[in-house]
Amino acid sequence: MVLSSDDINRAVRRIAHEILEGNKGPQDLLLLGIPTRGAHLARRLGEALLQVEGTEVPVGSLDVTMYRDDLRRQPTRAVEPTDIPGDGVDGKVVVLVDDVLYSGRTVRSALDALADLGRPRAVRLAVLVDRGHRELPIRADYVGKNLPTSHSERVMVRLVEHDGEGTEGVRIAGPADGGAAR
Amino acid sequence: MKHLLSIADLSREEILSVLDTAVSMHEVQHRDVKKLPTLRGRTIINFFFEDSTRTRSSFEIAGKWLSADTINLTGKGTSVSKGESLRDTVLTIDAMGVDMLIVRHPASGAPAQIADWVGCSVVNAGDGTHEHPSQALLDAYTMRRALGDLEGRHVAIVGDLTHSRVLRSNLLCLRRLGAQVTLVAPPTLMPSGIVAWAGADGFATSYDLDEVLPTVDAVMMLRVQRERMSGGYFPTAREYAVTYGLTPRRLALLQDHAVICHPGPMNRGLEISADAADAARSLVLDQVSAGVAVRMSILYHLLAGEGSEQ
Repeated sequence: MVLSSDDINRAVRRIAHEILEGNKGPQDLLLLGIPTRGAHLARRLGEALLQVEGTEVPVGSLDVTMYRDDLRRQPTRAVEPTDIPGDGVDGKVVVLVDDVLYSGRTVRSALDALADLGRPRAVRLAVLVDRGHRELPIRADYVGKNLPTSHSERVMVRLVEHDGEGTEGVRIAGPADGGAAR
Repeated sequence: MKHLLSIADLSREEILSVLDTAVSMHEVQHRDVKKLPTLRGRTIINFFFEDSTRTRSSFEIAGKWLSADTINLTGKGTSVSKGESLRDTVLTIDAMGVDMLIVRHPASGAPAQIADWVGCSVVNAGDGTHEHPSQALLDAYTMRRALGDLEGRHVAIVGDLTHSRVLRSNLLCLRRLGAQVTLVAPPTLMPSGIVAWAGADGFATSYDLDEVLPTVDAVMMLRVQRERMSGGYFPTAREYAVTYGLTPRRLALLQDHAVICHPGPMNRGLEISADAADAARSLVLDQVSAGVAVRMSILYHLLAGEGSEQ
């Protein structure tokens, strides 16, 4: 276990503070989680921001499946809902939230998807785990934990909201261990 | 999935996957920029041998919103009208490297035959009196949005069943989703041997619309296809409207939550009254709107995934 449930919550709270510090407050913030676990993390981040600042920051989700560049290489993926709260993304400081940052291709897809929705004032990236191996010039603004890994290893993130009670945590698994991992 | 020729080829899970994905596609319709890059570089040909407004335009819009290149062909403007066989025509198009043929044809089974000849994906956009799978999927999608899960729901399909391709696809689709289906028609328009239809067991038939209407969650009125009728299936249009039309009186028989569907085009005053067509519970325009989203989902399932490359 690399991160326990408590570690994840501490990381989320720290990222919330960093976002407020970087943005000089909660104004114009919009959190968009990338389904599925990124969307849950975005909601947790929204709750943490509410606790710290007392202001409710809009939270939504942004599915990037239709913007991926590997659609022809994989079996058809299930498309998750996109939910943009409030007045859209125009003029907002959008914080994209995902569980694991790996090649950077998901984030590239998310940037394309955002561009079709409007013109944010700025886009930031918050991830729970940065495992390296970038294939594109993309870096995260807020990182829960940097986790150097080899290509053959898998980073498994489990969250209560998606995986059920008693499962929460981040683990590194070998290639043979299976399960949904990145 | 490589082709979409019949609802019978789809499992319950595949149907649900198409319907669930369509929910996300529907959201694109409300954006300023109605464009996704998903099928960039793919070429889709709409090959329509019969007139069509909503099916052809919604497949075209669906393709364009997914960034595919879409081209419309009709039987009349192609070499078919010079005497070239259907096989040679579609092989010619296939040889140009297209990724998908969407075929509407008056002959039942034509899209399935074409799928045997060509290497690209084929979608049945209505073949004779056989099937119209994309219509059935969008009907199910629309009903699901209005009623929630269709498991255990009661749907009546009413009208010219003999000449309807929508009927067969809808029956298969609704049964696969767990809905109860009652088919209602005059005896002359009830297809012979209907109870023996493969894969669509567990449905009821009735000649009495008044008896069925109070029990349904959704009623689907089918168009009286006079262009396909060679003989007299009912004495007069007036009599049909009185006995099997969704008149204002019959509208009052429906439960409060029950909805009305019609795959279009509608014969107002014949199978459906203006009151019913324009009622708040009428989903006719919702069906059209859903048509684009569901067809986007179909194109996505057929062309985006692994193994769809030619």
